[in-house]
Amino acid sequence: MLLPIKWLKKYVDIELSSKEIADGLTYSGSHVESIIKPNKGISGVVVGKIEKIDEHPNADKLRICKVNLGKEVLTIVTGAQNVSVEDLVPVAKVGARLPNGKEISEADFRGVVSQGMLCSLRELGYEDNVIPKEAKDGIFIINDDVELGLDIVKALSLDDEVIEFEITPNRPDCLSIYGMARESAATFNVDLKDIDIQINNQVDDIKDLINGIDVATQKCHRYYAKAIKDVEIKPSPLWLKTSLMNSGVRPINNIVDVTNYVMLELGQPLHAFDIDKIDGRKIVIRQATDHEKLTTLDGVERVLTREDIVIADEYKAIGIAGVMGGSNTEITQSTKLVVLEGANFEPKNVRLTAKRLGLRTEASTRFEKGIDENLCKFAVDRACQLIELIGAGKILNGNYDIMKFIPEKTNIKLRMSRIEKLLGAKIEKAEVINYLNRLKFETSFLDEDILNVVVPTFRRDVKVEADLIEEVGRLYGFHNIEAKPLFGKLTRGGRPEDKELQNYIKDILWGLGFNEAMTYSFISPRAFDKLNLPSNHEFRNYIRLMNPLGEDYSVMRTTLTPNMLDLLNKNNNRGIESMRVYEIGNVFLPNSSRDSLPEEKAMICIGMYGDKDFYFLKDVIEILLERLGIKDIEYIRESNNPIYHPGRTAKMIKNSKSLGVFGEIHPDIMKNYDFDKRVYIAELDFNCLFEFINLDRKYTELPRYPSIVRDIAIVVDEDITVGDIEEVINSNGRELIESIELFDIYRGNQIDSGKKSLAFSIRYRSSEKTLKDEEVNQIQKKIIDDLREKFQARLRS
Amino acid sequence: MENKLNELLKSAIEEIKKSNDLNDIEKIRIKYLGKKGQLTLILREMGNLSKELRPIIGQKANEVRFEIERILDETKTKLEQQEKFEKIRIETIDITERRKVNYLGHKHPLLQTIKELEDLFISMGFNVVTGPEIETVENNFDMLNSPENHPSRDLSDTFYINDKLLLRTHTSPVQIRAMMKYNAPLKIISAGRTFRFDDVDDTHSPMFHQLEGLVVDENISMANLKYTLDIFIKELFGKDMKTRYRPHYFPFTEPSAEVDVTCVECRGEGCPHCNYTGWSMELLGCGMVHPKVLENCGIDSEKYTGFAFGMGVDRITMVKYGIKDIRLLFDNDNRFLEQF
Repeated sequence: MLLPIKWLKKYVDIELSSKEIADGLTYSGSHVESIIKPNKGISGVVVGKIEKIDEHPNADKLRICKVNLGKEVLTIVTGAQNVSVEDLVPVAKVGARLPNGKEISEADFRGVVSQGMLCSLRELGYEDNVIPKEAKDGIFIINDDVELGLDIVKALSLDDEVIEFEITPNRPDCLSIYGMARESAATFNVDLKDIDIQINNQVDDIKDLINGIDVATQKCHRYYAKAIKDVEIKPSPLWLKTSLMNSGVRPINNIVDVTNYVMLELGQPLHAFDIDKIDGRKIVIRQATDHEKLTTLDGVERVLTREDIVIADEYKAIGIAGVMGGSNTEITQSTKLVVLEGANFEPKNVRLTAKRLGLRTEASTRFEKGIDENLCKFAVDRACQLIELIGAGKILNGNYDIMKFIPEKTNIKLRMSRIEKLLGAKIEKAEVINYLNRLKFETSFLDEDILNVVVPTFRRDVKVEADLIEEVGRLYGFHNIEAKPLFGKLTRGGRPEDKELQNYIKDILWGLGFNEAMTYSFISPRAFDKLNLPSNHEFRNYIRLMNPLGEDYSVMRTTLTPNMLDLLNKNNNRGIESMRVYEIGNVFLPNSSRDSLPEEKAMICIGMYGDKDFYFLKDVIEILLERLGIKDIEYIRESNNPIYHPGRTAKMIKNSKSLGVFGEIHPDIMKNYDFDKRVYIAELDFNCLFEFINLDRKYTELPRYPSIVRDIAIVVDEDITVGDIEEVINSNGRELIESIELFDIYRGNQIDSGKKSLAFSIRYRSSEKTLKDEEVNQIQKKIIDDLREKFQARLRS
Repeated sequence: MENKLNELLKSAIEEIKKSNDLNDIEKIRIKYLGKKGQLTLILREMGNLSKELRPIIGQKANEVRFEIERILDETKTKLEQQEKFEKIRIETIDITERRKVNYLGHKHPLLQTIKELEDLFISMGFNVVTGPEIETVENNFDMLNSPENHPSRDLSDTFYINDKLLLRTHTSPVQIRAMMKYNAPLKIISAGRTFRFDDVDDTHSPMFHQLEGLVVDENISMANLKYTLDIFIKELFGKDMKTRYRPHYFPFTEPSAEVDVTCVECRGEGCPHCNYTGWSMELLGCGMVHPKVLENCGIDSEKYTGFAFGMGVDRITMVKYGIKDIRLLFDNDNRFLEQF
């Protein structure tokens, strides 16, 4: 919403700078985006009249103009072809500056010295979208009653300032100059001037030109129309043009400009139809039929549905209600008879139609937020007044006014005590009444505490007492409410247990050198193809977004692994040699019933590449689980998981529940990613961990007796695992083995191929006595015998 | 005899002088003072001496022994010192050299910010609650008094799963959940992921983060809201920070306000970052919980009032660390992550 200050000051007497106005309105709740200065750097440009035009003797395309600036006459060479003698034009004199930074100096054009330059609107800093079509190519022809030599900045009202507001959706009444004037009057406690509507001379009667108006849908709340004859279509006077351009609207012609001016001024969109093009001279407002077609003013053929509302004549649609008129009844140079429409439509319908057609217009953005039904008549009459004022036509007596729905004024009870309770500030009664009256609410006391408040019809957002309290509060000023501490019981704040534990897990991984990553909750379904997952894989049972931003963000993730692989791959491509990273985040598992919420499960994903291997990751997981107090984990080989290397992957089992999987990513998948390093990933189910987490710690007595350490080195087949051997060692240990450490693995020419040598260091200790060599020797012997028997292990000396 | 002893002392001193390691010293000790050493040999000849001479020579021999021992010890200490210094010299390393053997991870700046904000509110007695990322339309809009045709409900603003479910567009549905579950009084915050149909650019991301707070009790007013948020802002950005409460519109609060905070870049002087206003705009939204919302959750809106506030954590993180592009937060560039 653009608010030119000069325009605003037509309705309120405020002697404040635009900055002060902006600040004041900010504090009363209108959000200021910026203050725009329409003068983008013009100086030394004045209005001049072309008195004589000669062809340039040495150049076909140049013309030599004598331009009268009132006190002087300049010779100016121009290439423009659209100027004629008697035209008033902007003249940049020698020394003038233009918004593009150009400084005008005397220039010699093939032997003729030019003492300045004639300017186009673009050269004066106007955006293309507000420049009238006729002024697009060439010099701006002013042709209005303007004093020669007048600074163009003044002539075009470029000395104004414009405040740009972002109006919240609950305040459509602020989407007009007059609406903002009302806010300003309330904010600065000054009078709001009425717009006095007088049409001096009305002729004939509208019924002579329009045979009838029929509102055939309840979605049109009101339809008001007046007619104009003897219309003379021409460009608008300068004041009207500049008013529109400074508010971001392109001038078209006098009639259309007046409708746009009134829309900006009052917030009521109006539309003008050429009566001669209305078949049967009868207007019907009805629902469109499916596939009904209408070419709108922008030249695009629109296909309608029965949900849309159209303005129609006897045979055809002539406008899409609240959105845009049809080109079949457009005002043109030859238009003589005009009907002016001021209507009110169901906001929702306008919104849906505009949206479906992808056609958001100045009109639709206003209609879809809701407009006071009482505004139609006022706005059309105002437009008639202006049409008469600029001499664009003669207004006809009478009108059509069909009312289907006129809202009643709402009464709300406002308790003084409630104001204090909600705002925490005591505001005097008189002050409350003053604020409300300034905002055009009528008030009367029902008793000591309760005020009856009548809400004006343009304030549809005010429905309950709290809304009124906000009105009082914003004029009192939220900044004037004195801050007060909370009273009441002291409470102890905290986090839920699962969040605390997740933070603990983050701390552990952080300590182990892992960085924290964050990725989107939605991923591409193609990610599952890249993971070579079969079509029936559980990860492919995902939730799809109805309206994703694109295929890449279209399904809710069922695993964190694809994002992890992506981010590792990206970092590798950045030339980062190695990386260790984790993410804790949710995966989404569909519920069998489509309308109930899916399961959201927190997962811990750990990923790394570069300098470390499988055993490093395993160590990380073991430290993590140990710190979480999760014991007795079984590591089972996972060789049929399509994501992972069949020989380098383990599943973690606790009490026959899977806690997760970790290992090296399958070489095929690394190829899919074109990733040239080995990548290790673990994905753990937080909820499963949560079930087993035990952070209780009890002191265990420190050992009192010495330990005995024995080494064993054996040669076994390759497929015998360390875990198998450790299990045998432990089972023979009679509870005396404190620890087993694998300290060497050897493969090579000293032993047979297909075999490996493993060396373990076993520490024995009793909590009751000092162990004797013989006891340990016995156990060692049993271990060796057992290993020999079970694995054909051979002692290596 | 005496001459012999003098000779012995003299040659011992010379040898000791020449020695340059501890082994030599030990050898010299054995050579002169050992069981078969030269001094012992001389003393053995004492039997041949007269009674009168014996004590004199004996004393002389002892003097020589002590003198040799003294010089030996002295030299030994000196050599030991030298050896120690030599060892230290050899062991001296280049302390400008570096080997990266230890590695501490880096926490994500955004999650770290959330944690700090949570901690701040926890210290003020707030409880952290959580809610799902996929929400019902009911919790996300209807219960929060969002008008049926509010543009934020559009497919062009909100990600939908179907006509009943969506990706939450704010953390406010957690308020609904908490009020339904715990009723009043209540003092909670909730932070988490939120989603809006925004194409990615410097300042927009389809996924972003909010932190939401809610206090419901008897006699809660806007004055309490201001007090709470002012403390929070000062703790977060510094004691010299000022706040500005501008009336605003949210469907679920009435009155509603937006809070601007002194521009962090220029501390209120005016700079390009704040459009020369001196204010960082729209850092927080807040207001008094709309009576309808309380009633929707079964809370007596006459007895209880409440305030709620919400903020974009991504924005706060960016302001705090001087990050100009929101994409960096979700791109996980290791070089970015390692800065925090």
